[in-house]
Amino acid sequence: MIFLFYFLSAIMIICALAVVFSKNPINNVIYLIVCFLAMAGHYILLNAQFLAVVHVIVYTGAIMVLFLFVIMLLNLNKAIILRKSTVTRVSAVITGGIFFLVLLAATRQTFEIHARYPFTSEFGLVTGIGTVLFNEFLLPFEMSSILFISAMVGALMLGKKDV
Amino acid sequence: MDLTTLIFKTIFLFIILLVTLIVAMYSTYGERKVAAFMQDRRGPNRAGPFGLLQPLADGLKMFMKEEIIPLTANRKLFIIGPSIAMTTALLTGVVIPWGGSLTIGGKEFSLQIADLNIGILYVFAMVSIGVYGIMIGGWASNNKYALLGAIRAASQMISYELAMGMSIIALVLTTGSLSLHEIVSQQHGMHWNIFYQPLGFFIFITCAFAETNRAPFDLPECETELIGGYHTEYSSMKLGFYLFAEYINMFISSAVIATLYFGGYNMPFLDDLGLAQNTVTLLGTGFFFMKIFAMIFLFMWIRWTLPRFRYDQLMNLGWKGLIPMAIFNIMATGIYYFFTELT
Repeated sequence: MIFLFYFLSAIMIICALAVVFSKNPINNVIYLIVCFLAMAGHYILLNAQFLAVVHVIVYTGAIMVLFLFVIMLLNLNKAIILRKSTVTRVSAVITGGIFFLVLLAATRQTFEIHARYPFTSEFGLVTGIGTVLFNEFLLPFEMSSILFISAMVGALMLGKKDV
Repeated sequence: MDLTTLIFKTIFLFIILLVTLIVAMYSTYGERKVAAFMQDRRGPNRAGPFGLLQPLADGLKMFMKEEIIPLTANRKLFIIGPSIAMTTALLTGVVIPWGGSLTIGGKEFSLQIADLNIGILYVFAMVSIGVYGIMIGGWASNNKYALLGAIRAASQMISYELAMGMSIIALVLTTGSLSLHEIVSQQHGMHWNIFYQPLGFFIFITCAFAETNRAPFDLPECETELIGGYHTEYSSMKLGFYLFAEYINMFISSAVIATLYFGGYNMPFLDDLGLAQNTVTLLGTGFFFMKIFAMIFLFMWIRWTLPRFRYDQLMNLGWKGLIPMAIFNIMATGIYYFFTELT
């Protein structure tokens, strides 16, 4: 088990680094796909079968296909070397750093939540998630679905030529 | 899991792998025979009696052909493409319940490799990864026809996955479980899901045709427009892998349809005969395969009867026809169960 954990983690870290450092856009997307698959493997190690499969269906199977689709349509065959001005680079570093801080703060907050929900092997199964989602987080759940619908309608409106 | 179970599962895994490959191999023969029958021809009849050795001859030909990788292709991805198509096609078989349980030496062995809690979703996950085989292969060929085929395949499969998933939601509402084993055992007797979900079945089978890239939805390899679609540049066994993966997908989706809507290995009145449990299980597996072959015949029948859709017709059918129907089906099922549960 612990071997599998390190194996999957190594794949994830290597692929994540390759996503950043690889120059060819198609390779970037493929490394990201492998990274997501390894993450699904982590879910399975926690016996969260439902989460793992949904992760594969949604992220690997739908979102990354769209990424690949767009890159193929734009025909970004050649490796592109970006030449940006110093101002852009510095502001990019600052923005990235601030985002990292936000993520760090969010991760710290999760310790408190961890204490409230002790880990059980049943948690990642359909019943476990369903019970928590529809009992304690019903309103946020429904709100997020409304958010999705409005995003979809918005995208449709933007895509139409004459409204 | 103890040792005997492990050994049994390993042997069973190889048997299923072998059966899948053999069925896929003879589907190519069956397809040509069915086509010949529909068009009043004889079909393959030279290699062996009734041309039964034709698939072997075809396989040998595929292996012996010269392997060509185009100069401008991306070599690595060009090889990875067919491998993904083949691997994901074969991986789907592990969650399908091929039969009840056998008792050998006082121990019970289930004829299913993995009874996943979320079996049906696992099938969807594998199907959605299978798109990459076609997309990566089509892109890596560096040929505009292959790229067009790959893009068509991707958009077609994403569009039809939605309607397929929604038709499954209605089915899950009726069965209350995502495990394929559970879904099959609930259909014991004559309680086949097709009687409870006729509209869902219609949507599911239409989407299954689109997901396996079979006619009338074989736009990704539409030869009148795109030469050979995503596998235009492929030759020898790599082309063989793509074609073979299509037949494996057809076999597996027939198995999934038989499992979900036609009661899997259940057959009415089988229990009333008073046979031993092992005999019942083996007969059930036999009936399951008969259902699968009937479904495969339906796939072929439709391929040689209906002309190919135009691309805009395909998208209209998917987004404006099947998805609203699937949503209506979910709502109708939900309302029905809401009122029957209340009383």
